[in-house]
Amino acid sequence: MIGAVPLSYYLLLSAILFTIGAGGVLIRRNAIIILMCVEMMMNAVNLTFVAFSSYLDSATGQIFVFMVMVVAAVEVAVGLALLVELNRHKEAVNIDEFNSLKG
Amino acid sequence: MPIEFPVLNFFALSPIIVVIVLALVVMFMDMLSSDKTVLGYLTVFGLFGALMPCVPLLNQTKAPTFQNMVVSDGYAVVFYIIFIVTALLSSLIALTYLENRGMQQGEYYILILLSTSGMMLMAASTDLIVTFLGLEIMSIALYVLAGFNRRSISSGEAGLKYFLLGAFASAFFLYGVAFIYGATGSTNIHEIGGWFSTNEIYQSNPIALVGLALLIIGFAFKVAAVPFHWWTPDVYHGAPTSATAFMAVGAKAAGFAALVRILAISFGGVFTVQWQIAISLLAVITMTSGNIAALAQKDVKRMLAYSSIAHAGYLLVGVAALPASNELYRVQAVSGLLFYLMSYAFMNIGAFAVVALLEKQGKIGTKLSDYTTLSTRQPFVAFVMLLFMFSLTGIPPFIGFWGKWYIFWAAVDANLGWLAAIGMINSAISAFYYLSVVVQMYMHTEQADVETTPIALPAPIAIAVTVTAMFTLLFGLWPTPLINLMSLAVFG
Repeated sequence: MIGAVPLSYYLLLSAILFTIGAGGVLIRRNAIIILMCVEMMMNAVNLTFVAFSSYLDSATGQIFVFMVMVVAAVEVAVGLALLVELNRHKEAVNIDEFNSLKG
Repeated sequence: MPIEFPVLNFFALSPIIVVIVLALVVMFMDMLSSDKTVLGYLTVFGLFGALMPCVPLLNQTKAPTFQNMVVSDGYAVVFYIIFIVTALLSSLIALTYLENRGMQQGEYYILILLSTSGMMLMAASTDLIVTFLGLEIMSIALYVLAGFNRRSISSGEAGLKYFLLGAFASAFFLYGVAFIYGATGSTNIHEIGGWFSTNEIYQSNPIALVGLALLIIGFAFKVAAVPFHWWTPDVYHGAPTSATAFMAVGAKAAGFAALVRILAISFGGVFTVQWQIAISLLAVITMTSGNIAALAQKDVKRMLAYSSIAHAGYLLVGVAALPASNELYRVQAVSGLLFYLMSYAFMNIGAFAVVALLEKQGKIGTKLSDYTTLSTRQPFVAFVMLLFMFSLTGIPPFIGFWGKWYIFWAAVDANLGWLAAIGMINSAISAFYYLSVVVQMYMHTEQADVETTPIALPAPIAIAVTVTAMFTLLFGLWPTPLINLMSLAVFG
């Protein structure tokens, strides 16, 4: 059990973090900030998992958090590599400037 | 105290293990060999090797293994076959396509193999942790494949867009899993289903419902369902054509593999009304907007990208038919879905192979006008393209007709006749843009300004085109063997 802080507080906080992250992905135009927003969403999910794991007294949620962390690290590595590669063609991080594909 | 070693049935996972080992072998050979074509052929022959263990696995009953994390049942093995065939055919296309573009590199084949192993893991998983890992193994390799052409800004752009939206979708999927875990206390899909059936008072638990909704959104992104499809046209258009063929079929099949298993087993008894309505609505808007957007395209590759959205819609009709009134109808819906995915693998990869073949010729691009008078310049290629276009439309006696037939039939059996009707209207709409390619190839003969040099047909891509065309026609005329194979696809 989570001592004095009730489960709903954790869930509310992670929901707020997830919403901020999702909003950031949709509103911000800087590719690196979008990447950070995705990371924020993932960490909001991690918080949910840990809160539930503690509330349910089950370890599965915490194992899942490790998996999410590994995958998030891999995603950052691949994402930044793609962005660096794209920068050789066009020096920009604003996704609106990457507009060679349309239709 | 003696340490107890768990009994792990490695044979049940042998097709996945063969694919991963093959990826490592190709990686090792990449260091030794300067001729990268060898790696492509190694991949193709190795994938035949991965098909071998599928035969005995098909005939054995279900085998849950690795502490119920994965299961080797008929459903998983039939999906293995679909993924391996997809990887095989797209590697054959890549052998020619990459060579012509001067980007024949070993990494390409390694990424295809790793991505295939992720797809296979998704089809076999009975635990949401494994589903998530399979999803990411597949997706991360696909992000790189989309951006593989380093000389082209379009390819890099496709990679970045796919990556940003793919990661966004993964976060939704994960949040859904977190809620389902919170509501039921388990990530095993059988335990989730069991929990709902033993705790009937929680069957309207809002946390689980929100989790299910987020999970469906995550998968809708991956299979390119409207309104989560914005990335699809750009990514499919910008990526190397051989990679587009692979991801259009493979990623879609993998998304449906995991979605159908989760919906049928975990949520087969709860929230069925809600998710059936949600999936039906997704199917309607996906089919309709995919087809209408495809009508306006002047570029064949982009047209095929939009048509792939429309096909995701037809497949969603099959998913919506899952909560059928009896077991027999449910099995029919599942085998109809698998039949459709297999047929889609043949006809869509074939169509992309033709696009890849024409793309390399100096002036000939992927524009619709470049296909003018193809029937006189390259009668064989024009003829197989005709087969693929007819099949994608769903005209009998091609394989695509039977795929649609079984899916719409399953929908009618599940009292979703209206959905099947909308699907048929959409098939009629799709005839306009598929047949415009045929008209362009066969009926516009007067134009003189197009390139008239004959098109070379190198061996690997010729094999891919011939095999897909043969299966499109043969299984269209005689679908029984394929249907018998799909009827083995039962859940463990």
